[in-house]
Amino acid sequence: MQLTVWTYEGPPHVGAMRIATAMSGLHYVLHAPQGDTYADLLFTMIERRGARPPVTYTTFQARDLGTDTAELFKTAVIDAHARFQPQAMIVGASCTAELIQDDPAGMALAIGLPIPVIPLELPSYQKKENWGAAETFRQLVRHLTQVVERSPMAGRRPSCNILGPTALGFRHRDDVVEITRLLQRMGVDIHVTAPLGATPADIARLGAADFNVVLYPEIAGEAARQLEKMCGQPSVRTVPLGYGATIDFINEVCALTGLDPAPVLDGVPSRMPWWSRSVDSTYLTGKRVFVFGDATHVIAAARVATEELGFEVVGMGCYNREFAREVRAAAADLGLTALITDDYLEVEDAIAALQPELVLGSQMERHIAKRLRIPCAVISAPFHVQDHPARFSPQMGFEGANVLFDTWVHPLVMGLEEHLLHMFRDDFEFSDEAGASHLGGHSAAPQASVQTPAPAPVAAEGQPLASTEVGTVVSEIVWAPDAEAELRKIPFFVRGKARRNTERFAVEQGLATIGVETLYDAKSHYSR
Amino acid sequence: MSEAFVLDRPAPTGGCAETPVLRERGQREVFCGLTGIVWLHRKMQDAFFLVVGSRTCAHLIQSAAGVMIFAEPRFATAIMEEKDLAGLTDTNDELDRVVDRLLARRPDIKLLFLVGSCPSEVIKLDLSRAAGRLSEKHSPAVRVLNYSGSGIETTFTQGEDACLAALVPQMAEAPANAEKSLLIVGALPDVVEDQFRRLFAAMGIGRVDTLPARKIADLPDVGPNTRFLVAQPFLGDTARALEDRGAVRLDALFPFGAEGTTDWLHAAAMAFGVDELKFRAVVAPGRERAARALEKVRPALEGKSIFFFPDSQLEVPLARFLSRELGMIPLEVGTPYLHRTHLARELPLLPSTTRLSEGQDVDRQLDRCREARPDLSVCGLGLANPLEMEGLTTKWSIELVFSPVHGFDQAADLAELFARPLNRRDRLSDAIVPARAARREAASCN
Repeated sequence: MQLTVWTYEGPPHVGAMRIATAMSGLHYVLHAPQGDTYADLLFTMIERRGARPPVTYTTFQARDLGTDTAELFKTAVIDAHARFQPQAMIVGASCTAELIQDDPAGMALAIGLPIPVIPLELPSYQKKENWGAAETFRQLVRHLTQVVERSPMAGRRPSCNILGPTALGFRHRDDVVEITRLLQRMGVDIHVTAPLGATPADIARLGAADFNVVLYPEIAGEAARQLEKMCGQPSVRTVPLGYGATIDFINEVCALTGLDPAPVLDGVPSRMPWWSRSVDSTYLTGKRVFVFGDATHVIAAARVATEELGFEVVGMGCYNREFAREVRAAAADLGLTALITDDYLEVEDAIAALQPELVLGSQMERHIAKRLRIPCAVISAPFHVQDHPARFSPQMGFEGANVLFDTWVHPLVMGLEEHLLHMFRDDFEFSDEAGASHLGGHSAAPQASVQTPAPAPVAAEGQPLASTEVGTVVSEIVWAPDAEAELRKIPFFVRGKARRNTERFAVEQGLATIGVETLYDAKSHYSR
Repeated sequence: MSEAFVLDRPAPTGGCAETPVLRERGQREVFCGLTGIVWLHRKMQDAFFLVVGSRTCAHLIQSAAGVMIFAEPRFATAIMEEKDLAGLTDTNDELDRVVDRLLARRPDIKLLFLVGSCPSEVIKLDLSRAAGRLSEKHSPAVRVLNYSGSGIETTFTQGEDACLAALVPQMAEAPANAEKSLLIVGALPDVVEDQFRRLFAAMGIGRVDTLPARKIADLPDVGPNTRFLVAQPFLGDTARALEDRGAVRLDALFPFGAEGTTDWLHAAAMAFGVDELKFRAVVAPGRERAARALEKVRPALEGKSIFFFPDSQLEVPLARFLSRELGMIPLEVGTPYLHRTHLARELPLLPSTTRLSEGQDVDRQLDRCREARPDLSVCGLGLANPLEMEGLTTKWSIELVFSPVHGFDQAADLAELFARPLNRRDRLSDAIVPARAARREAASCN
């Protein structure tokens, strides 16, 4: 048993729902107890969908247990087919139905519907949401895609499938638009985009494209492998997330198709490189960043952070174990050990110990960072309603690079603002009590008075499970009052780091008390 | 009798007491009882709710609790894994380990609920024995109880019923010569509970307790001299458990709106022999305030039709309030479970034209709703946006369980919850959502 408050991923049948909801003409009959329909509201609320997900639940209750549940399932399949007239159907069990051992696959096939019915085996007690989505997509390809002869690519426009975007995907809607435009400008036709917006008939004709673009390896990696095997289609696996990765992606597509990359690279395809080189960005140099989320977004974000914004990545990790190897390798390149965990308390401990200046993560890290008073931007699912925006905001391609720059730099204090804060730090408007406007600080509690060690974690309603004293490495070290006062002259957004460095320095020097001198000795020791 | 004072207007002829109920089975678009944890833990300040279930259970609570999940709330899920099911580990040992770890981290917890889920019920994990064993182990610091919030046994608010019913055996036996006491049953927001306490005190009712109490140490005793008022319509099992302990239920309308609140308070006044004039004097200011405030909302709702999808069992009392005090027309009132005894005073007050439905086949019910084209549909968040896209105005029902809505001083707030979506519909130009406007036009032509 695993003690859990927050879970980064839902169960695997929610992954299957993400595929079904992304598509049209496909219906999912889920053998599940009353209550599992809660998952509908993820789609109708977070994504604001104006239609119910194409999912029928059997919603069995205690009185139905026994042979009755099998009958319920059959009725649900027949009714769903009659009402929704789908082109194809997927059927399976949720975690509870898995235990009662009705056989959805066998029962659905026995009904003999005139459409393809694809059974799903999603082991709920081992696997999670992303795996469920990947497996569902793979099974659709395996059952529906037809193998066709393709003419040689030379002498005509090449075509590709874009694979991986789903419902409830982080910015999938806009990534598809951006990458579709990019490929079309390169001279590549989009054959099918799937699962988002596709029908089962579209899945059937996937095999006619020249190659596949795997936008989200977590979801489309397995399906693309299946297509390689069945139809001999090569896959482009560079994820075009970030300016450099987009260039690499273009080059990979061109190498595969023989197209010339020059037309799309000419001119100024993205403002990001110049924004990052303009003098106001000098202050971003060496900003210490912690990156956490799904593997694909984390690996891409770490590259953007180091190569394109000049940050220093001080910690990185992911919650989806299936891609742990890739994240470990990317972390090793930066001299780091990856944190692979789905326990948010471990992530919180890591962030508290590292005291980064920026956190890039999911909704969960946003809340951890808020509590630790560290700026943060969201780069990955799980996300909440505000990260499914009305405006165009891709993460991928050249416009995506622009979006990343704005989104990540916004929570940081910009260069000029930081300079002014230093100049006027004793001014009443910039005092601690004024709070941090860029953190939405109007609601933040005033920092502790001089007598109590600052900074203390704020905005923690109720008692935290993990009471990590933020930034305190060794608690037995005593701060002299004058050193404590001096520490408080340092702006709050770097004070945590200063406290941590000074204490570490004191430990190394074997000091029991930290005075003003120790503070500046440590500053000089750690100056970069 | 004081019926004329208690009820604002005469009961409609016939009412809904004898109306045949449409009973349906099929897909039910409802929450399971685990969701009750989200508001129960706020009320019971030294309790922790540990769900023994699957990742789906954890995901459900997280989705229902929204932002609250980040405040380090007093609930969590012990997720069963493959090895627990395959018998590779002793599930009871695993549970003990998880509970030990939890209690070591949260020494402030005095009451721990092991909450059963569908998976734990289906594999027949004996949580009541586990609770007994763990109670012994952690006594006297922590009491460990259990109840089921599973979807196979409970619908949404029934989770609270199961939880409170589990608390009843923990209440001490009141001595036979105990002073007559009043017990308010159902978790109410503190502000509402305090208002009711003030009113009862003004009537001269000496001892008023609540179930649940804010702290486990304050759990009241119970016996034949206990009279209890049920504040929520979904507490059937809890009421039965209290009656088994000798307590006597006071029959009343549920305290929604001026009329419902007056009737509810009046039931207690009668049971405690409060002088009729004194009762009137005590309730008059609140009742007039409520009536005045409701008059302001009335124009927005009067004559508007309303359709309730089943959700919380609050549907019948709310339909009664909206039809009698605000002039709305209930077309269909769906409820997950129709408790006739507890609704005995409510049903006759519904217009006899109202269709009552119990249970659900969601697709068929949606067909009826589209056919009826009500001005307002009360439904869950899984249906609300899709119905809005079809041009139907909705009020999402879960808010009715989370917001303070009982009593005189919340009556207008409650009405406002229904008036706001209609107000918004009128403010926003239809031209902005062409598809939606076209649908609405097509519908009105039919």
